[in-house]
Amino acid sequence: MTTETPKPSSVEIDAVKVTLADSLVGVALEWSEFRDQYRVVFPATELLKCLNAFKSAGFEQLSDLTAVDLLEYSNATDRFEIVYCLLNVDTGLRMIAKTYLNEPDLTIPSATSVWSGADWLEREVYDMYGILFSGHPNFKRLLLPQEFQSFPMRKDYPVKGRGERHNFPVITRAES
Amino acid sequence: MATQINKQLGDNVFLTTLDAAASWGRANSLWPMPFATACCGIELMSTAASKHDLSRFGSEVMRFSPRQCDLMIVAGRVVMKMLPVLQRIWLQMPEPKWCISMGACACSGGVFDTYAVVQGIDRFMPVDVYIPGCPPRPEQLIRGIIDLQEKIQKGGTINAREFKLRILPEGPPRFDEDELIRIRERNGFKLDDPTYDPVH
Amino acid sequence: MPLELLESPDLNANQREGLWTLNFGPQHPATHTTLRLVLQLDGEMVIDAEPDIGFLHSGFEKLGEVLDFNQYVTIVDRMNYISPMANEIAWHHAVEKLLGIDLTPRCKYIRTIFAELMRIHDHLLCLGTCVLDLGGATAFMYAFNEREAIYEICERASGQRFHTSYTRVGGLLYDVTDDWVTMVRDFVRNFPKVYRDFSGLLMKNRIFVERTRDVGVLSREEAIAGGATGPVARASGVVRDLRRDEPYLAYEDFDFDVCASQGGDCYARFQVRMMEMLESIKIIEQAVENIPAGPIFAAGTGKESMPDKREVYRSIEGLIHHFESVMPNRQMQAPKESVYAATESPNGELGYYIVGDGSFRAYRARTRPPSLLHFSLFSRMMRGCMLSDVVAVLGSINIIAAELDR
Repeated sequence: MTTETPKPSSVEIDAVKVTLADSLVGVALEWSEFRDQYRVVFPATELLKCLNAFKSAGFEQLSDLTAVDLLEYSNATDRFEIVYCLLNVDTGLRMIAKTYLNEPDLTIPSATSVWSGADWLEREVYDMYGILFSGHPNFKRLLLPQEFQSFPMRKDYPVKGRGERHNFPVITRAES
Repeated sequence: MATQINKQLGDNVFLTTLDAAASWGRANSLWPMPFATACCGIELMSTAASKHDLSRFGSEVMRFSPRQCDLMIVAGRVVMKMLPVLQRIWLQMPEPKWCISMGACACSGGVFDTYAVVQGIDRFMPVDVYIPGCPPRPEQLIRGIIDLQEKIQKGGTINAREFKLRILPEGPPRFDEDELIRIRERNGFKLDDPTYDPVH
Repeated sequence: MPLELLESPDLNANQREGLWTLNFGPQHPATHTTLRLVLQLDGEMVIDAEPDIGFLHSGFEKLGEVLDFNQYVTIVDRMNYISPMANEIAWHHAVEKLLGIDLTPRCKYIRTIFAELMRIHDHLLCLGTCVLDLGGATAFMYAFNEREAIYEICERASGQRFHTSYTRVGGLLYDVTDDWVTMVRDFVRNFPKVYRDFSGLLMKNRIFVERTRDVGVLSREEAIAGGATGPVARASGVVRDLRRDEPYLAYEDFDFDVCASQGGDCYARFQVRMMEMLESIKIIEQAVENIPAGPIFAAGTGKESMPDKREVYRSIEGLIHHFESVMPNRQMQAPKESVYAATESPNGELGYYIVGDGSFRAYRARTRPPSLLHFSLFSRMMRGCMLSDVVAVLGSINIIAAELDR
């Protein structure tokens, strides 16, 4: 029933670093570490190439895909941060891969061809932040109504909305 | 049939006893339709399950088809995407029908004062009994149902005349902070204006 | 029916002619909450199932950017509402990782006991309601009777039976009392008997077994690529459990097995959930007998954690401490960093990605909901099943709409 899985360690991430340096020649990867978590920033222009390289380096599962709007973040130079939380299922090693994106061109290639689990996660990011993923098989809003106009998780959208929640017909007792 | 009798006999006959008999019957055989969207739905299940046993109060026959029910229990928050569904299901229910708004979210939006959550279903449809709590305990739901039964017994009529008198949805007045925000926006306040605070 | 229909999901108009579309939900008893499926049917065979979600999207993550780390715990409670405390533990696990707080042993043990109670809580409801949808009401009644016992344990500790909001940054709302320990002991003693009855009603019930076996099969490769975790992944042969692989709280101290199966069908998923309940009882039994004494709040400069309630009411230092911990300009400051931390919630890997901006609130509080990734695999599981299997598959992956939509 049980099998022993070794704990992730810095040795493993060093091996990953070497593998990635081989497969991604000429791509600037920026590594950092915080509370035992390994993070890498890669350029958005080489997105699919990088993601494929990450998958070949053993990260078979996309744990999470999300975005951060850095509009009000102090000292931030970019508008959006796209975050891929990756997991090596066999060794349990995690890596957080990030890339930055700026207006006006908010289009990046879809990761669905690399990890099929990216499907809904990308649709959610589009729904909340308005970031477009080219090459996605079924690209539309995931959570909000299709006719919704704004992208609510952007920092310039108020918490209480712009009155969309009040825009419905009223049914009275006499009508029903 | 009741209306025909009314027409023929005019005001010469008082139907109080018949009203009372009908109301008594309706009050004690409520068929709830659980419109369970969130946490309150689980407490609704608890109420119907072994320990709290809602069937002691004559309303355990939960029916999920709106055509078979006369009491809608809206348990949980209702959001933008769900409200048209809720209204449609309410319109599908046959008269006479009642509505219980269970939990803080259905009554007023609760802790979810956000862009997506409808701030109380009573803004858009009639509600008879409100049950506070987040979520209400099963005892509170049972109390709410007993209160509704009393309400039906006291004010119910055999041809549901009492509903015709109520033309507006009940509940608090519908002017609030959000209205103010929208008025401000209509008057040309812009988000990039430093003095504009959309939240407060 | 012609087999090639099953093979190719992208049918042309001619092939689509014989099919009909069925709208399942958003208000349907088997969805438990609110989700919608658009099913393409050929007779009774499901050709394609397209989920439509968002009927409970309430802006949780937007609220996470407005409320501080302690306030937001009341909101995460309402995320997976069939195991509320598991969300709290996951949220504060991530917050404490961002702030770099080490919990006291007592706090770790109490949180572990609650995390495992919540696992039983969740699995009982998942199994009970699924078998209710499949036509058996008895097991549901048994499950809810046991759930009430857990509600009472929660109520004794926190004062609320459902949404407890019990954890705080670096500690807990209140310390537990001796009669709470007695209640947990009673629960541990009584549970195996109820489990036998429950198991007999479920896993030995021929109708239940035949309706779930070989239904909704998910292969190991699909589970990994699709991001499945928790019981769904373990039932497909992915032996991964964060309690063992990335030990958090006090799980390192306890002896327990990770339950897994090779089947990948609904029956395997239910089996894994059933076995996990017994393992949880094992952990609770070990933990409740060995709760260490000591404070529940992590020691430090004082700003990390809320003070003990008794001190707030009885001493001026405690009162000042309390005020400082709730005033936005005097609170502890989170580093300007981001962190992803996950716990093994009953449904799978429940992770939080938090970005700190130097204040005591999250700049971005992203939830990684297990339900979302599991539900995105739903159409793959459904292909080739019958209409009546929709209910079984939905029940087996335990979709919680509030967690799905947030």
